[in-house]
Amino acid sequence: MLSIKNLHASIDGKEILRGINLEIKTGEVHAIMGPNGSGKSTLAAVLAGRSEYEVTQGEVLYNGINLLELEAEDRAREGIFLAFQYPIEIPGVSNINFLKTAISEIRAYKGLEPMAAKDFLTLLKEKQELVEIDRALISRSINEGFSGGEKKRNEIFQMAMLEPKLSILDETDSGLDIDALRIVANGVNKLKSEENATVIITHYQRLLDYIVPDFVHVLYNGQIVKSGSKDLALELEENGYDYIKAEVEA
Amino acid sequence: MNEVLEQKINTDYKYGFVTDIDADSAPKGLNEDIIRFISAKKNEPEWMLTYRLKAFRHWLTMEEPNWAHVSYPKPDFQDIIYYSAPKPKKVLNSLDEVDPELLKTFQKLGISILEQERLSGVESRIALDVIVDSVSVKTTFKATLAEKGIIFCSFGEAIQEHPELVKKYMSTVVPYTDNFYAALNSAVFTDGSFCYIPKGVRCPMELSTYFRIEAAGTGQFERTLIIADEDSYVSYLEGCTAPMRDENQLHAAVVELVAHKNAQIKYSTVQNWYPGDKQGKGGVFNFVTKRGICLEENAKISWTQVETGSAITWKYPSVILKGDNSIGEFYSVALTNNYQQADTGTKMIHIGRNTKSTIISKGISAGFSNNSYRGLVRIAKGAENARNFSQCDSLLMSDQCGAHTFPYIEIKNNTAIVEHEATTSKIGEDQLFYCKQRGIDNEKAIGLIVNGYCKDVLSQLPMEFAVEAQKLLEVSLEGSVG
Repeated sequence: MLSIKNLHASIDGKEILRGINLEIKTGEVHAIMGPNGSGKSTLAAVLAGRSEYEVTQGEVLYNGINLLELEAEDRAREGIFLAFQYPIEIPGVSNINFLKTAISEIRAYKGLEPMAAKDFLTLLKEKQELVEIDRALISRSINEGFSGGEKKRNEIFQMAMLEPKLSILDETDSGLDIDALRIVANGVNKLKSEENATVIITHYQRLLDYIVPDFVHVLYNGQIVKSGSKDLALELEENGYDYIKAEVEA
Repeated sequence: MNEVLEQKINTDYKYGFVTDIDADSAPKGLNEDIIRFISAKKNEPEWMLTYRLKAFRHWLTMEEPNWAHVSYPKPDFQDIIYYSAPKPKKVLNSLDEVDPELLKTFQKLGISILEQERLSGVESRIALDVIVDSVSVKTTFKATLAEKGIIFCSFGEAIQEHPELVKKYMSTVVPYTDNFYAALNSAVFTDGSFCYIPKGVRCPMELSTYFRIEAAGTGQFERTLIIADEDSYVSYLEGCTAPMRDENQLHAAVVELVAHKNAQIKYSTVQNWYPGDKQGKGGVFNFVTKRGICLEENAKISWTQVETGSAITWKYPSVILKGDNSIGEFYSVALTNNYQQADTGTKMIHIGRNTKSTIISKGISAGFSNNSYRGLVRIAKGAENARNFSQCDSLLMSDQCGAHTFPYIEIKNNTAIVEHEATTSKIGEDQLFYCKQRGIDNEKAIGLIVNGYCKDVLSQLPMEFAVEAQKLLEVSLEGSVG
């Protein structure tokens, strides 16, 4: 589904991604781990289409399409979803209205009829129960006054509503207490299927106890320096990132 | 004179188109002769002419004010035509009999209100008074309203048919001495709407006036007077458009509202006068005096405005809270783009006891525009237990525009509680990207965010207007990302 070849990207003239290579197939869960500053969030931002980053080399194919040529909103409409590390607040715009507009835009892009109000409400109720999010929360303005945990759960709720093909979760576990972590993980697991793929960006093994990855990659200095199965994550937990750095420098 | 006008009228247009109707107009300039001409044209009684002349003579002694945070070339008052009337073909009884040219004009304007009008049998109908170039062209539903004793007609007609009401109330809220433009209006006003709701009557439909400036070089000086007698209720909508022109057009209106005991007046405006082009050339000067008085106890007056047009918007819809327990409200969205300027706000004057006022002002600046909120909350010595809540928010859309707030608070009674909040914000890149990452493009995202920002004000508008207003905000902000 996603094929990244030799991707280089910079911001303000500073190169962050120095040749990323990654293949993701439908039905797979990939975890990307690495120390601070290794380029994890940058990778997410570049895939989502943030214009602040300049791609200097390489290609990204998404279902055969050259992803780098698409505008951010079109990438979203093609089924790419980014669960933000720091979800922003938009006062005055209700979650419901926001999702209605998003779904409407995505359907228009695909040449579909707009969703009937009745169907939208049914979908809302279904997904709200699926990810165990409070009805009161969704009626409010986007993330306004939400706690850190509530914001992250709202991201997963939106993911449930938009049914993306490729979900990128950027440090979704940061700032979550044990219970919130469990609920978020549950939600992600329920949304996983053979038709979609998930990329989990995280520092810690913890989340991966709940969302079991098929592949684990370690990002260091803008490159994927090691890949393995879920056991790699356990190794990292044991030994920290220093031993990876040692391996690389050797 | 008519040939000259005809030529001018055949200029090209886009949204601001020009209607080809025969106009019957005064020569340019302002002097006592012109005033007599106007009064004669309208067949006015002696007392009205006397009033006009008094106002004119007073105006001559006044100086144009320049304390507002706007700058503009002073209008040349001798270079304006003060009367221009489209000649109606015959007496109008139904919309079908309206001059077809005019009807085409309305269709082009795409006024949803008129669409509703034509779909007879629909529950919420709106009585419509159409004013083109200072003359009321059509007032619908007069008969239906008359059954309830409601008078809704043009101001000119009211002078003829209901002189006692006009004499009793006109100028009591905005005397001609009030300010420079009120004096000018009092001298040369040509038409507007008049409305009287009798005791105990709840007006069954929205009353609406649609203003349009057509002929070139004319000023629009309309006068509106709305009286709600004891225990009555009326909701009134005002919509405004004008065609594109290179020169500035002056719109100096006066609106007076009077609410008696337990009465309520809701006055909503969606203003989209031509704002000038992208370089700031042309556009309407909207210098308006609007004021309501809660004359007796438990009266309530609400002003709701969405101002997106005009090169310059200069107005302070105000409420004098004379009656005990009376309530005044002001909800405003003022949007300026390109080189527009706005200095707008309200005055809430608390005089009676236990009075309350609410002010919610949302300013949006984009392009190179300048947007100022100016508000006064005055609590008089005898105004026991007065309450005010004010919220003035500014949203900056570009890095070249300006947003300013000039709140004035004068309190002479120490039982008053006055709250004031103000915020200044901009639409963040992060917010826009968040929307984009959910499949919503820039234009739509801005529309969403701006409408969310204006929610508290838009929710005050009658439903018909709320939808128009939302679309208008989006259209006015097209291309303003930055």
